[in-house]
Amino acid sequence: MKFPLTIAAIALAALMPPADAAALRDSGDPLASARWGDMQKTVLGGAPVLFDPRVKVVAPSTAENPMQVPVTIDATALPNVQEVLVFADFNPIVQVLRFFPEGSGAYLGFRVKLQQSTPVRAAVRTADGVWHVGGTWVNTVGGGCTAPSAASGSKEWQKRLNAVSGRQWSDGPQSGRVRLSIVHPMDTGLVAGTPAFHLEEIEIADAAGQRLMRVQTYEPVAENPVFTLHRGQVSGPVEASGRDNNGNRFKASIAP
Amino acid sequence: MKKRFSLVLCALAGLATAAEFDYGLQAQAVGEGVHAFIGRNEDFSTANGGNIVNTGFIVAPAGIIVIDSGSSLRYGQQMRQAIARVSDRPLVLVINTHHHPDHFLGNQAFAGTPLAALPATIDGIASEGNAFAENLFRLTGDWMKGTEVVAPSRALAAGKAEIAGRSLRLIALDGHTGADLAIYDETSGVLFAGDLVFNGRAPTTPHADIAHWLSALDRLEAVTREAGFTALVPGHGAVARDAAPIRQTRAWLRWLRGAMQQAARDGLDMNEVLALPLPAEFAGLPVAASEYRRSVGHLFPAAEQEALGAAQ
Repeated sequence: MKFPLTIAAIALAALMPPADAAALRDSGDPLASARWGDMQKTVLGGAPVLFDPRVKVVAPSTAENPMQVPVTIDATALPNVQEVLVFADFNPIVQVLRFFPEGSGAYLGFRVKLQQSTPVRAAVRTADGVWHVGGTWVNTVGGGCTAPSAASGSKEWQKRLNAVSGRQWSDGPQSGRVRLSIVHPMDTGLVAGTPAFHLEEIEIADAAGQRLMRVQTYEPVAENPVFTLHRGQVSGPVEASGRDNNGNRFKASIAP
Repeated sequence: MKKRFSLVLCALAGLATAAEFDYGLQAQAVGEGVHAFIGRNEDFSTANGGNIVNTGFIVAPAGIIVIDSGSSLRYGQQMRQAIARVSDRPLVLVINTHHHPDHFLGNQAFAGTPLAALPATIDGIASEGNAFAENLFRLTGDWMKGTEVVAPSRALAAGKAEIAGRSLRLIALDGHTGADLAIYDETSGVLFAGDLVFNGRAPTTPHADIAHWLSALDRLEAVTREAGFTALVPGHGAVARDAAPIRQTRAWLRWLRGAMQQAARDGLDMNEVLALPLPAEFAGLPVAASEYRRSVGHLFPAAEQEALGAAQ
């Protein structure tokens, strides 16, 4: 560990389990990525950063399919999460998505397209303005962002564009979980002749209109995105709505 | 002195190269006039050079029928030499059982011999062959040196066929890929099952349709119950004298399909599915853990769509 830690880090460390506290650091990328310095400047705007083991990023160490790499972000151990930004240092389009866990836990599962081996990171902004950063390396053979979407091979998807399917779990070990999938090619714009065409904004709210989560999605989110989130206590349907970068909107209700 | 030293070096280098890229193919007698080359139950690696596949040949009255050509040009060349050590009859036909690279990338070594496959296999090799070859260059390195994709030009149809004076039953199935050809040699009672059957190794599923695959296994098991049946050559793993590898493949596929459906119904995310432990029955199977991980990627998205109620 490098010294000195920022005051914020020391204050935080006092409240954490000793093992986690020992792993806190405000400099020296634990993933040793040559791109980290740039990431901090360009993606996080030079704001204060704390590498924090409470930000869990789960992804396979080797991606079997670079078009559909599963990523799970769990920052529920952090208090007062305002915003979570997911990015991949070596992807041609670095930013993957951003989510704002309003009425839900700071947890999101999804899949991403990766072009080459890269750290996949989540930067979690807490109310004090500090970005808590966690991440993991994913090795991949590449091609995830410059390979054509499956949709580009057939026009069938056009009939189902933005179709939402989903389900909630109200008992058992996954109680409080919501999963939804949205039909969308999520074209990156990096395939010759195919412009970027992707979902941009997704909102998930409860039946009373109380927002559970807002998600801003960028090109690297995998085709036909599937999201896993935790709303906590399940009561009533969940309303999912949103739009893509061509202004196509969707709205759907997921029964409890 | 100096000169002699460099000669020794050259000789050593030559030996090293020969040993390095020697697949060590040994024809194994399977039945009357039928031989197989049995690969290792491993993943592709720079150590095995792609010799993880079974290939074979039938010595027919008018010449030799080759079944699958291996994973590279070098494999095909060495296979040809190994065949020549068994029989000096001419090569009559090379058949590719399906469009996966370890079964056809040796085609190039059989220039001058007609290459044949089911129509969808020919299409698959033509459209996806180069991407497969590229992947094998990455996985096995210099073993692939000089390998180029050669797609068969002769389309095979299901049914009885007289080839080079031997009666073969061409059984057109699918499920492992979109077109899987099994070949039953009526003379010897040997069934070449291609990759519809794995023996002592976890099956691979990149193009699998599990329901179709299970039906195909039923068809193949029926063949093993025929009076003349003597041996089954799986696509991967040891030759068997009974249907045990068919049952093993079926058990894996049924479990895999059930596990994906259950995980999807339980609301698991793909990372959680990847982390599930393998049942004891399968955990000890070679490459079970890595094939399971791949299969989750291949099969879980569809199970998930079904559980989430997506219209198909």
